Parts: sequence; C-alpha cells; structure tokens
Amino acid sequence: MLSTKQKELIAEIWGGLTPVAEDIGADALLRMFASYPGTKTYFSHLDISPRSAHLLSHGKKIVLAIAEGAKDISQLTVTLAPLQTLHAYQLRIDPTNFKLFSHCMLVTLACHMGDDFTPVAHAAMDKYLSAFAAVLAEKYR
Amino acid sequence: MVKWSDKERAIISSIFASLDYEDVGPKALSRCLIVYPWTQRYFGAFGNLSNAAAIMGNPKIAAHGVKVLHGLDRALKNMDNIVETYAELSILHSETLHVDPDNFKLLADCLTIVIAARMGSSFTPDTQLAFQKFLAVVVSALGKQYC
Repeated sequence: MLSTKQKELIAEIWGGLTPVAEDIGADALLRMFASYPGTKTYFSHLDISPRSAHLLSHGKKIVLAIAEGAKDISQLTVTLAPLQTLHAYQLRIDPTNFKLFSHCMLVTLACHMGDDFTPVAHAAMDKYLSAFAAVLAEKYR
Repeated sequence: MVKWSDKERAIISSIFASLDYEDVGPKALSRCLIVYPWTQRYFGAFGNLSNAAAIMGNPKIAAHGVKVLHGLDRALKNMDNIVETYAELSILHSETLHVDPDNFKLLADCLTIVIAARMGSSFTPDTQLAFQKFLAVVVSALGKQYC
C-alpha cells in the first residue's frame, strides 16, 4: 500500500520527468535490451538502436503512461484499462519482463536524478512500478 | 566457470578503482533496509532502524555496509574463481547468519542503484550489464553452499 506521502512524491517525480519522457523512456529500454537480451524479442518489428525514432517514441509512450497513472494512483485500474486489454490480448508480453523493465527504469532514474533519487524515493518508486505492472497484467488470465 | 571479456574486466576494475567504500557501502546497505524493509530482520542487534533517517544515520549499519562492500574485493581479485572464493562466506551466511539467499540480489540491486546515481550518464547500459553480471556471479556463489 502506498502512503499519501509516497503518492505525492511519485506524482511529483513523474510530473517533473514528463518534459524528458523520450529520453527517460529510451534510456530505460536500452538498458533493458542490453542487460536482458530476451526482451528484444518483442521488438523485432521496430528499430531499437540508440536514438532511433522508434525507440524514442516508444520510450515516450511508456513514460507518459506511467506518469499518467501517477497522477491518481488510487484510480490505476481505471486509468490503465485500455492498456490492460492491449497487453493481455494483443501484445501478450510475459509479465516477468515488467520486473526487468521496472529495474532498468529505477537505474535510469538513479542516473538522471543522482542524490535526489533518495532511498525514500526509490522505495516509493519501486512500490509504484510493481503496482503498475500488477495492474497491467490483471487481464492476462 | 564464468567467462569475462577484456571489456568486462576493464569496466568492473574501473568501477572499483574509483569506489569510495566509506560512502557507497553505508549507502547501499541502508538503501536495502529502507527499500526492502523485511531485510531488517537480520539487523535486530544494530540499534535504531525505526525510520529512513534513523537507518541512514546508524553508525553500526554504516560500518557493516563498508565491511560488506569490501567483501566484493575478493571477487575482484579472483574473477576466474568466484565460486570457490566465496565458499566459506556462503557457509557462514547459510549456517551461522541464516540469511535467505534471495536477499543477496536485493542488496546487489541497491548497490547498482547507488553506483548509477554516482556515475550518472557514464553508467551506460554496457557498464550496467557488466556490473550486474559481476554481482550476479557473486550472488550465485554466496548461495552455492546452502543445503
């Protein structure tokens, strides 16, 4: 369960990252592809080389969705309903990959925010990304 | 036996060469205790862990963080023989300390985050890959003697 303080912190952080959504998203994806090559199998139809248009637009999409969810975390199931359907019936990404992406997103945030990515922020972010992933996978079965 | 490319050896040596143990050790351990509070179960005798500020200011935790980080030096010096190098420590963690080996990965992830925060953009995806591989091998070796 996320506390009120944690929800505020998360909303604040993601609000601040929206202007650089492309860079943050692309960075996290690149880290994931490098560390966990199996994740690349879902992107065989795209050009995922560094700074490619596909990578930037896809990274942006993901970050904006995460940021949107962060605005009202108590409504996550409502906000993510369309994405739930997309991931369950069309994309069918194995949910283990959500954990891998979340980890890489945390690393990206650490690189980007430095000391501002405090242990308290890290804890809240980890909880939020886990909750996000869990909601995303809800319609799988 | 794990194979290391020259590039991987260089990346890992470079990270450790510029590592401030007194800063990173305490940060990594306290981050682990804050982000994954159940790990506090092993630190009952370490004093005040009641909130994030207490944990980050706790001198016993800080000292232990430095010790744990220096524990990685053995892997650095014996990269081609990490499993054997950690046999004794694995037995210690299993039979004396009774630490669930899943916890090793949690600490490894926190260490990665602390290093990433320090290195910023120079903690590239390739650097992350090499460092994570190194930590994964150590984590596996530490869990090897559990039975």
